[in-house]
Amino acid sequence: MDNQDQSAVAGAPSPALDDTPALLRFRDDAPFESPIAPLADFLGGGNFAAVRVDPGENARDLIPHLGRLKLIEVAFPKFRDGRGYSSANILREAGFTGEIRAVGDVLVDQIGFMRRVGFDSFAPDAPLDPGVVQATLDRYPYVYMKSADGKTPVWALRHG
Amino acid sequence: MYRYDQYDQAIVDARVAEFKEQVGRRLRNEITEDQFKPLRLMNGLYLQLHAYMLRVAIPYGTLSGTQMRMLAHIARKYDRDYGHFTTRQNIQYNWIKLEQFSDLLDDLSKVEMHAFQTSGNCIRNISSDQFAGAAADELADPRPYAELLRQWSTLHPEFSFLPRKFKIAVIASDTDRAAIQLHDIGLQLRKNDAGDLGFRVYVGGGMGRTPIIGKIVRDFIPVGQFLSYSEGILRVYNRYGRRDNIYKARIKILVTELGIEEFTRQVEAEWAQLEPLGLDAPQAEYDRIIAQFSDPEYDLTATDTLDLSDPDFAMWVAQNVHAHKQPGYAIATISLKPKRGIPGDASSAQIDVIADLAEKYAHDEIRVTHSQNLVLAHVRKADLYALWQALDAADLATPNLDLVTDIIVCPGMDYCTLANARSIPIAQNIAAKFENNVAEQRDIGELKIKVSGCINGCGHHHAGHIGILGVDKKGEEAYQLLLGGSGAEDASLAKILGPGLDENGIVAAVDKLIAFYRTARSAPEERFLDTYRRLGPAPFKEAVYG
Repeated sequence: MDNQDQSAVAGAPSPALDDTPALLRFRDDAPFESPIAPLADFLGGGNFAAVRVDPGENARDLIPHLGRLKLIEVAFPKFRDGRGYSSANILREAGFTGEIRAVGDVLVDQIGFMRRVGFDSFAPDAPLDPGVVQATLDRYPYVYMKSADGKTPVWALRHG
Repeated sequence: MYRYDQYDQAIVDARVAEFKEQVGRRLRNEITEDQFKPLRLMNGLYLQLHAYMLRVAIPYGTLSGTQMRMLAHIARKYDRDYGHFTTRQNIQYNWIKLEQFSDLLDDLSKVEMHAFQTSGNCIRNISSDQFAGAAADELADPRPYAELLRQWSTLHPEFSFLPRKFKIAVIASDTDRAAIQLHDIGLQLRKNDAGDLGFRVYVGGGMGRTPIIGKIVRDFIPVGQFLSYSEGILRVYNRYGRRDNIYKARIKILVTELGIEEFTRQVEAEWAQLEPLGLDAPQAEYDRIIAQFSDPEYDLTATDTLDLSDPDFAMWVAQNVHAHKQPGYAIATISLKPKRGIPGDASSAQIDVIADLAEKYAHDEIRVTHSQNLVLAHVRKADLYALWQALDAADLATPNLDLVTDIIVCPGMDYCTLANARSIPIAQNIAAKFENNVAEQRDIGELKIKVSGCINGCGHHHAGHIGILGVDKKGEEAYQLLLGGSGAEDASLAKILGPGLDENGIVAAVDKLIAFYRTARSAPEERFLDTYRRLGPAPFKEAVYG
């Protein structure tokens, strides 16, 4: 499971607005600027370091190629379509430490769940209020279950 | 029963604060109703015909007297002095005002209660056997495992935007009192040949538009791994469940379209990925939770004999009281199906009475059943008579459990925006023919009538020995008649008997079916369902339509 951004989770992540106004990042490295290939093009052999996974696509197809990827965009055309949560979790479980970005109909009430399954940047269609985002992320002192963010579930706290 | 520790309470408090903030953003128009809808649904708040309807979670249907009294308080303060117990072992209030909702949630959280995940496309309240911990036929109390599932599924980050709602039930007995084969996941605790505890896992059961009986996806998963295995099932569903059509989005459709072999292969492959990640709670957590469901301190000197000289009491005992695993104790079911009543409804005063009686006679514990009745699971036989008298005084001692007047019914067009027809009056009119004659009801024997006001099937008509489905027939209310369903261990789906009938016709048809059954049964012990299974539909059809 990926723990590479533990510090960002455990510390006080300040969702710094990037120079792209709508982009919210929780990483210290520079945003990757290059064409983002659709999954089919990427798998077709193009030389890309960034790829986009749409809801019906299988994130596991990327697992042999994670070493050369810097950014994986996961698309949310509709906020109700939760397939992207599994995509992100699968990529982190496979050891991917690059950027996983939620793109599209991304609402503030989803950010907490998305951070947990391994998203570390967000490009919402409608801009989010960083203050509300921060309040959302600070809200829950504990979690019941493990996920890609490496947070300790309460059963582990109870039995230290 | 399970009590919150500081972690549970902190999570509930945070969730309440979160929803208050979400309501605030909606009231300030910072989010649209479309965006607000899934948020309020995840907090049990529906918009119904006349007002907001709130569904409060009662995990696996178990609650204390203090919690029960709070439900009465909610009914009195925020609603019209009554609540409606549901087929998911929860309680619903039909007349909630949004502006009072924050105060209501605060009141609930004071007694370790909330409304999370009682609706929406997420993992819903976990249901279980209402006789858990008391039944003589169970392997172990199933509720600790239901509690482990409750915690695992609360605010699950990957599974909060599923294709559709997801319902899980857990039992620990060969007698299925929780309809596990009609759930998205049904878990039956059992032992393997080596004597280890684990679960038989059914997947893809359900009612609604496309009723399907669940299939076994795994015959034995060790108890220590059932959470990661559940995670595997949910991940396959979340990734591949249909999202193009709301009516085909439940896991039962995915299982059907893939076939159980391919579905099982995918789940096993997913679980192979997940199992090494350490998602399962440690044994110490199992032990902590199991300890909270340990037996109450039984009175070991309690007498096992019962004075049945009062015939009304004897009737109630014969019908509503079940054997308890502990000598000197019994399980008492409180019928919420009184004469001319609305099935599942209880007034604030009645809820208070039951809370008091639970504290006085039943080790401070109440269960809600999926048949919309209540259970006091640990009652000394020596106290049964006093209990019965107190229940009787509150119109709570109707001796009709599992009889023709113990009808499951959805709210129907009296409350629900989805309904095509009224269902409550149908149930009342059927019951009216029998409710004054308990001896006749007992002669007819076990007969489960279930009424739904629309095809979504909240009244479980597919699982009725007699199922009734309200439909819209060119603007008129009409009712389909189905026979032969069962939600128990002998699960089967009811089949349509013949053409739809109007309100009077359906009530008369039930009468004719019962009259025919009484002449056709092979012995007084043969249930209606068994006579139907033996003879098939033809003679029953002749009795109604001939």
